[in-house]
Amino acid sequence: MTAPLDAPGKAAEAEPEAVVAGVSGKAIQGRSLGQIAWLRLKRDKVALAGAGVVVFLILVAVFAPLIVGWFGHPPNEFHQEMIDPSTMTPKGGSGISGEFLFGVEPLNGRDLFSRVVYGARISLLIAFLATVLSVVIGTVMGVMAGYFGGWVDTVISRLMDVFLAFPLLVFAIALVGVLGQFEQELGVKGDTLRIMLLIFVIGFFNWPYIGRIIRGQTLSLREREFVDAARSLGARGPYILFREILPNLIAPILVYATLLIPTNVLFEAALSFLGVGIQAPTATWGGMLAQAVKFYTVPHFMFFPGMAIFITVLAFNLFGDGLRDALDPKSSR
Amino acid sequence: MVTYIIRRLIGALLMLVIVSMVTFSIFFVVPRMAGATSEDFANRYLGKAATAEMAAVAAEKLGFNDPVPVQYGRWIKGVFAGAEYDTGASVEQCPAPCFGYSFVKRQPVWPELIDRIPVTLSLAIGASVIWLLGGVATGVLSALKRGSFFDRAAMSVALAGVSLPIFFTGIVSLVVFSYGMGITAPGGAYTPFEENPAEWAYNLLLPWITLAFLYAASYARLTRAGMLETMGEDYIRTARAKGLPESTVITKHGLRAALTPIVTIFGLDLGLLLGGAVLTETTFSLKGIGDYAVQAIMTNDLPKIMGVTMVAALFVVMASLIVDLLYAVVDPRVRLG
Repeated sequence: MTAPLDAPGKAAEAEPEAVVAGVSGKAIQGRSLGQIAWLRLKRDKVALAGAGVVVFLILVAVFAPLIVGWFGHPPNEFHQEMIDPSTMTPKGGSGISGEFLFGVEPLNGRDLFSRVVYGARISLLIAFLATVLSVVIGTVMGVMAGYFGGWVDTVISRLMDVFLAFPLLVFAIALVGVLGQFEQELGVKGDTLRIMLLIFVIGFFNWPYIGRIIRGQTLSLREREFVDAARSLGARGPYILFREILPNLIAPILVYATLLIPTNVLFEAALSFLGVGIQAPTATWGGMLAQAVKFYTVPHFMFFPGMAIFITVLAFNLFGDGLRDALDPKSSR
Repeated sequence: MVTYIIRRLIGALLMLVIVSMVTFSIFFVVPRMAGATSEDFANRYLGKAATAEMAAVAAEKLGFNDPVPVQYGRWIKGVFAGAEYDTGASVEQCPAPCFGYSFVKRQPVWPELIDRIPVTLSLAIGASVIWLLGGVATGVLSALKRGSFFDRAAMSVALAGVSLPIFFTGIVSLVVFSYGMGITAPGGAYTPFEENPAEWAYNLLLPWITLAFLYAASYARLTRAGMLETMGEDYIRTARAKGLPESTVITKHGLRAALTPIVTIFGLDLGLLLGGAVLTETTFSLKGIGDYAVQAIMTNDLPKIMGVTMVAALFVVMASLIVDLLYAVVDPRVRLG
């Protein structure tokens, strides 16, 4: 899947320490951990391809209005002229043409291309922010559990067990359903309310996955020599926590955050597919698939949103796997 | 061993209490924090036609004005002793185990759930057999032939598999195999196993395979990683040095250790599925517990949502309890440690 680290490369990185100072030859180059990781990542073509697609998707999401302005039609604009009134399906099967790049939806002839592009916005926005929420809660809880140990660890670990034992999807749809009814009380409504709810629900239920990893890492970091050294030099708790332990947690946080994003993309798509996510007419990939089920004779309708989800999730997975291999070559998952 | 079982049972019980409390809070405390009144709750039991006075009476009679712990206690009591719902307009009976009473459909939640358990059970068990066999076998073969064409192909398929949502693969396979080629059932039908096993399997075949593919993909990745790690251990070298046949080394020494984490994950996954394979059931129009949950949300039926969430949590906790107990039988370190 990812290119294995070749032995010569590893040896070269070890060189600066091994070579006796003053020996002539190639200049000794000091490399930071970040540089080493970057060198490894650069060699991993698959991960780079994933990263490229990720960047492309982010650009699409950010510039959705521009892209749609150039190549499509407003996402909620009806094009009844594209629909065959007797079958309610697009004329000519899909309606794919230079004007409608991905064809049109059955029934009302909305531009599928524009809707898939706008779907990227919702999907990535929710996935990113939910991941940030999970990472923040997960890191704080994980570091506390791992660093303080004792009863703090017991309480947080049990809490994580409880969360992992929850029937996540049933619970999420229930929660979104219950909270979604309190528009007036919460003071926001429509898409904004739904987006906030989804970010909260998805982010809130996924933190134990990050929390467990961070706890484990903190536990092992706490016993490392450099922490002992700092402590013997008189460093106190906060210093050790923020200057010694946290910087070493950035790599795993980055890796697992990247791997959590695709999970969250799938989660959001699932909720929208079930009809508890973002509501129509706002375009979401999951919502489009739910509609496409009813029009299975028009395969392009399910193909484009389905492939959009697939490509997004795959790209993040490839990039995340590569990032993990680059930052933590010991892990062999 | 006995102490371990007792300790684990108490743990599971505690877990259930916490999960039920959190579930209850979500339905009865969170809306209040958002500003809902007792009358709002009562209204949802009475339906839209209720007047303000009717709502006030019902809120009092149904106990929505009581402190939350009292309400929680009453709900739990209903599970064991049954309950009676008096709205002022009518009195509804809900025999034990009462997991709530749906005022929308005018019937208790539990009997409806019971009816749906066989569907979800058949789906989950059939699929899990396929994915366990398929996923673990693929993972082991991939690890043993690391870097081979088979390994690369299998891992590419597995990566694609974990990146595909089931509602997409489900619909596509329905379109191709059921509507197109007509070799599998079109979904929506369920025949009880005891009535006609062949038809039971025919109707569930496509959901099984689609669901299993998703899990097999992640199990193959996990097994491969686990096998690669174990096969590099010193004790494997020792086993080989003793002159054991390679097949024994792989199965008895390698696979056994590599499977331990898989068993844990399997327990959780199966529990989650039994609590409602929501997406699969929706995609294939199967009337299981997951579909029930979705219907409850769609009709805004609070007692139903609450009941099904509790039952789903029950399944997860039970499944992880069973796995832990099995573990203790297999691995002595667990019960001693």
